[in-house]
Amino acid sequence: MIEVKNLHKGFGDVKVLKGITTSFHPGETSLIIGQSGSGKTVFLKSLIGLHTPEEGTISFDGRVNTEFTIEEQRQWRQEIGMVFQGSALFDSQTVEENVMFPLKMFTKQSEKEMLERVNVVLKRVNLENSNKKFPAELSGGMQKRVAIARAIVMNPKYLFCDEPNSGLDPNTAIVIDNLIQEITDEYQITTVINTHDMNSVMEIGEKIIFLKDGKKAWEGTNEEIFKTDNEAVVKFVYSSNLFKKVREAYLNEN
Amino acid sequence: MNYIEHIGKYFIMLRQVFKKPQRGRVFYEAIVREIDELGLKSLGIIMFISFFIGGVIALQTALNINSPFIPKYLIGFATKRSIILEFAPTFCSIILAGKVGSYITSSIGAMRVTEQIDALEVMGINSLNHLVLPKVIATLFFYPFLLILAIFLGILGGYFAGFVSGMFSSVDYIYGVQLEFDGFLVFYAFVKTIIFAFLIATVPSYHGYYVKGGSIAVGKASTQSVVWTIILIVIANYILTQLLLT
Repeated sequence: MIEVKNLHKGFGDVKVLKGITTSFHPGETSLIIGQSGSGKTVFLKSLIGLHTPEEGTISFDGRVNTEFTIEEQRQWRQEIGMVFQGSALFDSQTVEENVMFPLKMFTKQSEKEMLERVNVVLKRVNLENSNKKFPAELSGGMQKRVAIARAIVMNPKYLFCDEPNSGLDPNTAIVIDNLIQEITDEYQITTVINTHDMNSVMEIGEKIIFLKDGKKAWEGTNEEIFKTDNEAVVKFVYSSNLFKKVREAYLNEN
Repeated sequence: MNYIEHIGKYFIMLRQVFKKPQRGRVFYEAIVREIDELGLKSLGIIMFISFFIGGVIALQTALNINSPFIPKYLIGFATKRSIILEFAPTFCSIILAGKVGSYITSSIGAMRVTEQIDALEVMGINSLNHLVLPKVIATLFFYPFLLILAIFLGILGGYFAGFVSGMFSSVDYIYGVQLEFDGFLVFYAFVKTIIFAFLIATVPSYHGYYVKGGSIAVGKASTQSVVWTIILIVIANYILTQLLLT
């Protein structure tokens, strides 16, 4: 479980996060939504330790990340999987080498054992015949799947995804969403996703946090988001006519 | 950011670079890859330039010796000295600063803007140590070999220039090359090469690692890194000459 208490973060005079308090639970897919510039990426980067909070704490199963010893920090890093917006695959390495990289760095497994594990996770993300391809030879959706494979190869306890659907067609986006949710359920991972994609919100948002101007403006489930009368959320989520109609239909039915 | 801040940040970077590698096997593989990228792939240009510049030095020396009182073997002697003292260590390093320096900055810079460095950090990997130290070791290890090659081919180029042009005899040239061999000058060339190799690996890495923005920023950083590496090589060349030869 990840607990965030009164998180503040700024850069110089610009205050980006202004006292966010929330929690994320194992086996649950949590989505962070909000307009561009609302602080989503800074929030996610704070969770994974790329930004140090100015105030407040982030604790992982009761352990505050800024108080870790070097060994605890190392251990914690291995418990984290991250899928970056642009996949962030190492372009000088093949798919197999990319996925194997964390194993090479942090385990003492033999080449054969590592290869077996790589093949297991590549199969899990439905990417079995691309071991020797380089990232540049893959489509955007395939690159995302390799990034997910690399993120889960160490059996992480926490999975973070920054805009996993950006730049993907709707079909591939749904495939990626479902894959992340299945993996979350299967391995009981605590998953946190930054997204702009309202389809993802409706499909896999077991918990949704809406950020506005660096503050948590709303929190609930994808069921509750239909019923909410929070003006900022309604304006953001139901900005398109299609989603307005979906919401009306849902409210009429229920 | 002012120059003092850059210098400070550069030394802070070096402190992170010179830490114990996290995994020996991965580190060893990275060194082998960097020797190939930064060393072996520079062999061709160094061989080509060394040979022809050696020829030009010999011809220029021959053209400027008009007096019959100056012996012809001085051409070989002057060519050898010029190549060992300046051409092989300094001129080759400036060429490598352009070729290798821009490669280092653009490759690390591209990793920065595509979040590959963030990915390393999230995994708990010291990205500076992982990316820069193999480059430093590869250049420090391999550039002395390039120096030997450049000296040899430069002198050979001078020999062929005399042979083709007929401006001086091969016997005089070889006699001049063998005359008054001073081992300290070769040591001086090695010291310079090692210092320049260090600058070629670290200054472009600094520019690439701290790049901010997109592909244009990477391009600008690449140009800046080449300029700064050359400036630092020239300054270091002066200081080392003052320290070692005067």
